[in-house]
Amino acid sequence: MEWQPILKDTAMFVGDLLPNIIDYEAKRASFFWDEIAQELDGLPHHAGLNIAHEAVDRHANSAHGGRVAMRWLGRDGSTREFTYQDLKAQTNRVANVLRRLGINREDTVFALSGRIPELYFMALGTWKNTSIFCPLFSAFGPEPILQRMKRGQARVLFTTERLFRKKVAPFRDQMPHLEHVILADGREHAPDNVWSMSLLMADASPEFEIPPTHPEDKAIIHFTSGTTGMPKGAVHVHQAIYHHYMTSKYALDIHPEDVFWCTADPGWVTGTSYGIIAPLLHGVTNIIDEAEFDAERWYRILAEQKVTVWYTAPTAVRRLMRLDLEPRQMFDLSHLRFVASVGEPLNPEAVVWGEEKLGLPIHDNWWQTETGGIMIANLAACEIRPGSMGRPLPGVEAAIVRRTGDNTLEIIEKPGVDGELALKPGWPSMFRTYLHEEARYNKCFVDDWYLSGDLAMKDEDGYFWFVGRADDIIKTAGHMVGPFEVESALMEHPAVAEVGVIGVPEPTIGELVKAFVALKPGNEPTKALRRELLGFGRKRLGSAVAPKEIVFKENLPKTRSGKIMRRLLKARELGLPEGDTSTLEEN
Amino acid sequence: MIGKQIFNRDELKRLIFELLADIAPEADFDTLGLDEDIRLDLDIDSFDFLNFLIGLNEATGVDIPEADYGQLVTTNDICDYILARMP
Repeated sequence: MEWQPILKDTAMFVGDLLPNIIDYEAKRASFFWDEIAQELDGLPHHAGLNIAHEAVDRHANSAHGGRVAMRWLGRDGSTREFTYQDLKAQTNRVANVLRRLGINREDTVFALSGRIPELYFMALGTWKNTSIFCPLFSAFGPEPILQRMKRGQARVLFTTERLFRKKVAPFRDQMPHLEHVILADGREHAPDNVWSMSLLMADASPEFEIPPTHPEDKAIIHFTSGTTGMPKGAVHVHQAIYHHYMTSKYALDIHPEDVFWCTADPGWVTGTSYGIIAPLLHGVTNIIDEAEFDAERWYRILAEQKVTVWYTAPTAVRRLMRLDLEPRQMFDLSHLRFVASVGEPLNPEAVVWGEEKLGLPIHDNWWQTETGGIMIANLAACEIRPGSMGRPLPGVEAAIVRRTGDNTLEIIEKPGVDGELALKPGWPSMFRTYLHEEARYNKCFVDDWYLSGDLAMKDEDGYFWFVGRADDIIKTAGHMVGPFEVESALMEHPAVAEVGVIGVPEPTIGELVKAFVALKPGNEPTKALRRELLGFGRKRLGSAVAPKEIVFKENLPKTRSGKIMRRLLKARELGLPEGDTSTLEEN
Repeated sequence: MIGKQIFNRDELKRLIFELLADIAPEADFDTLGLDEDIRLDLDIDSFDFLNFLIGLNEATGVDIPEADYGQLVTTNDICDYILARMP
């Protein structure tokens, strides 16, 4: 089916809520990054640029310091509200706590928690202290947590009693750098530097002066999955906020009076860039929901909180689509002005569903952990082509390229031809390295282009369309899972000889993690063993990463050098052409 | 669906644990409190929970519209919900 473009009626754009970009081409032509710098403050006394100053103190010290910065909705129905002034005091306390514990510039503070207010205080306080914040998804199992904390040389872990007891304490001796554990809900301090956050905070001053911060100082590490090897730590710097500010203004169309809700968890890059930083940079009210997806609850939040700008994900949209109801008849969604989605390509049906059921089409956009912020987007004032990720934002140069050699590429100018999506380095939120892996970082750049690993094409009008991944990385429920990490965990089971892990299409979550397992001699492929392996994977990796399906196979397709050919496993699983099998080992 | 087995509370509880064990075989149901948040305690994500409720619907014949998922947090919640709607 051919999807009709969704046109925007420019006559509707009047008054205060005029979209921040009306004329896309003109804005791209005239844009320069300094205009964003001018909208931000910089630290007092020319002391540099710090995320937390721009996100919190700048507003707290202004005439609108009493505005609600965060409204937190608890799983149990409770609500907590923090003004920009409250947030300033709380994050100052966190910075003082970290300083008291001897945590310095460039030390890494890891966070492992659900969406609780203390997580947000911790992130912002860490930046105030000029330390580095590294969030972990709370549905990770012990193995992904341990891997990341070891690689990131965590000195501090912020978490909760339950997560600490279950996922970290039993493995603490394997994390030699970890000195302090701060428990959000700890009632008392405990031995081995396990601290109660509330006791520490009670003793800490609400005053703090942010030390000089260079715009290029490291601020955030986001671990992201690789196709070979363990996850990579993408390092971002304080200056990334120029990009967060610009993209939330232009791609999410944030206006000063907005109530903004980003449904992503801060354990992933979207939940940090747009769930913590971007809305606060604009001084708007940021809604945070502690609970997991629940269709009715989500509609209620949109209505009761009078959300105006909503940034969500395809998995959630598709879940809402399953419900056979007319949301606008049951909920007052009249405040909602702009809806955007990210995480994986939004199918055209979902874009159009938004227009029919929410009264607003859903604007898909594209970016990844390494880019730190939105790069290509469907904009409020521009035509939407359902299924397309949109066009590059001002300040972003994107192209479709083909590698022609080890360090050469050619730009594909012809519309409609598949190639790799590449970006011209220079945008402020670009990752600056992979932690301790300079070679892996350098490999991402060819001929002065950053290669995203995503395959795409560009149409004759400059709209980009996602085609697939250039590698074996699995995209499930909007986040990336590296097959190698999953395979390594399953290989630890004594009955397992070989494992190949792929993503298979699934209508709600995009792809589902599926493992093919060959057993060692003497083990029978029973239902009981399959369940044991399923549980084994979940225990180590957690529900976010573990395979949801396991099948036994006598032989897995391998290259002559013994490498499992995931591509072939996938082709066979999906009944696709097998492609080049010349390197396949003869069985 | 007609002709489904009628469950009492204990049988229903057992069925719930069986279905959950298919998703989370590692779970220790002896330590799971009947008033604890199942998803949180057993590390069941949204997708798994959806499949669990689909399985529960198939086994009991009780329709569970997605709009009601939010009410089904603990084992007791689920028992109450299903028993009240048993044919």
